[in-house]
Amino acid sequence: MVAAADHAASRAGLRAGMKLARAQAMLRGLEVREADPEADAAALARLAGWCLCFSPLTSPDAPDGLWIDATGCTHLHGGEPAFLGVIGGWLRAAGFAARLAMADTPGAAHAVARFGEAAETVVPEGGTRMAIAKLPVGCLRLPPEVGEKLHRLGFDRVAQLIEAPRAPLARRFGAVLGRLLDQALGHAFEPIMPMLPIGVLSRREAFVEPLLTGDAFAVAIDRLSVAVCAAMEQAGQGARRLDLLFERVDGATPAIRIGTARPSRDPVHLARLLRAEIERVDPGLGIEAMRLVVPLAETLSYAQSPAVLAGAAPPGADVAALVDRLRSRLGAARVYRAAAIESDVPERGVAYGPPMAPLTGRTWAPDLPRPARLLDPPQPVEALALLPDHPPRAFTWRQHRHRIRRADGPERIAGEWWKRAAETWAVRDYFQVEDEAGSRFWLFRRGDGVDPATGDQSWYIHGLF
Amino acid sequence: MTDGLAIPAVPAPDPRLRIARARPLPDPAAMLELGVREIDARLGGGLAHGALHEVAGAGPEAEHGTAATLFVAGLLGRVPGPVLWVMEHRDLFPPALAAVGLHPDRVVYAEAGRLAGVLQAMEDALRYRDAAGGRLAGVVGEVRGRLGLTASRRLQLAAESAGVIAFALRRTRRARNVRDPAAGAVEPNAAVTRWRVACLPCAPPLPGRPDWPGLGPPRWRLDLVRRRGGEPASWIVEVADAPHRLRLAADLADRSHPAERRPASRAVA
Repeated sequence: MVAAADHAASRAGLRAGMKLARAQAMLRGLEVREADPEADAAALARLAGWCLCFSPLTSPDAPDGLWIDATGCTHLHGGEPAFLGVIGGWLRAAGFAARLAMADTPGAAHAVARFGEAAETVVPEGGTRMAIAKLPVGCLRLPPEVGEKLHRLGFDRVAQLIEAPRAPLARRFGAVLGRLLDQALGHAFEPIMPMLPIGVLSRREAFVEPLLTGDAFAVAIDRLSVAVCAAMEQAGQGARRLDLLFERVDGATPAIRIGTARPSRDPVHLARLLRAEIERVDPGLGIEAMRLVVPLAETLSYAQSPAVLAGAAPPGADVAALVDRLRSRLGAARVYRAAAIESDVPERGVAYGPPMAPLTGRTWAPDLPRPARLLDPPQPVEALALLPDHPPRAFTWRQHRHRIRRADGPERIAGEWWKRAAETWAVRDYFQVEDEAGSRFWLFRRGDGVDPATGDQSWYIHGLF
Repeated sequence: MTDGLAIPAVPAPDPRLRIARARPLPDPAAMLELGVREIDARLGGGLAHGALHEVAGAGPEAEHGTAATLFVAGLLGRVPGPVLWVMEHRDLFPPALAAVGLHPDRVVYAEAGRLAGVLQAMEDALRYRDAAGGRLAGVVGEVRGRLGLTASRRLQLAAESAGVIAFALRRTRRARNVRDPAAGAVEPNAAVTRWRVACLPCAPPLPGRPDWPGLGPPRWRLDLVRRRGGEPASWIVEVADAPHRLRLAADLADRSHPAERRPASRAVA
């Protein structure tokens, strides 16, 4: 029997379920590998574990599928289509042929991924019914004999099943058909059993009574983080990422995820980060157990504090824990450090990067005038100036006219032709000008004032001193 | 109200105790000097660490507060240690801060998006202690909109208990009338000192190029609008080039201190 056929084999007409002798007769020189379901399952579990980098909840769906609970994860990758694109890209790069679908319910995602038209499909919110109505009934994960019988009765499409009266169907096929249909349409809830990759540190705490309040969660979080941190200390590791899974009474598993800028096993710090996220969890009818997982850990050894040796406090505090706290509240991209990079174009001379990146010690050239506030992008102004190299006499910005009394300049900045071809001839002439009130502005003119190829002589304001 | 639920009378706190708590004696060691002798003398040594200071632009600068920004950055450049700079949205240009002495490696920026987020991040940072007990060198928050008594008192208490200096850099929303000198923060708050920094035309003119007057060092009017336990004052200062330092403007020096008038500097004017 043929258990599975790859892309090339399917194109040649081979199908799963075919007799091997027939397949070999159809295709000369067919390469046959013995099916190994156990190894397949193990590989699928490893893949599910790897997909934990996309979401805290993933689960293998034997024999050939994978669940990823994308709730609350997509915005990190720039929306739902982009999220699927990222996953698909990684899977293809790893050598997998994958079809991906995202939908409101696991059942619908399962159906669209296997029977939909495109390899990557995002079913819009509320569009489940429409998306699966035109698919064959086989997409509902029916037991094979049920599918066969439905087919004989003339049910080909899911739409027919949705419209048909339920009672006769239930009498004939049992409750399973109605349940699967409801799960696909979202009328019945279907939990994804989260998988825990082997070798990952985790601690679980089950409660006698389901918990409902944030205070109770906070107490449980404190206990869990102490337990996890003790285990990490024994392993010589520190957490870079933590997932807290709430096992709800109805089987759902809401989760929160936090990250740290540097490996940490400080229970107070980690508990504090987790507690700040509690509000995002919907406890439903109650939480019966919580599990704290460390999906990403790094080696963290003891470091001797320099203060002990030198006998003096180090000049600066270690801001890692503060950075974590701010990042979990504001978002990782909104807490950063600025670093100097080599670029002649002023706005490209600043790189905003993670705050705990190694310090470079570099700074910008101190003798060039640079404004305290940069307008990004530069705003056009109306200005009067003598060509080619005089500062403007006056300029109008935001309907206010500034008469210029003093000015320094020009500072000529040429385009970076080695980066962008369009900037080959581009020139900006910058002037630092002061108006009657004493306010200082940073203006530039596109072009050198002589050659039209360098710019169109229009004036812009780029910053305020 | 029934008898069973009567609330016990709370004894009124001793008013002297409250006053004593509200005015901690300035510790001369814990002062951040401005580096201008006359101003530091007036302030009793400088700006207190462990206190909230408000700095705002004035007039057309109220929206962007560029001079105020450079004033604060220059002050923080004088003390070692990490600094958190909280803003609503990014329009700050770090090279300018580096030019006045605040090295980029020392500053962590946070974009908090809203006023409430800015205040919360500032308070978190003020109360922050690392494992070895180290604190930040300073916290700057760009505050657009109201900074009322309650919010400012929270910040002041956090700064006081931690001994960390906090600056509320006030900015207005886009000013409708940029010439309105009152545009800016006027409501009462708990900041220990409140400053207005206004740009003035620089003088005397320097021959930058033969046909056009060049720029002299930037000149600011520093208004100490309010100081707890002190009187308002006003100075005109110039920003000297590297190393970044303030000095009283030479031709207008000693306006607030006629007693220390120096004939030499008068002669220049």
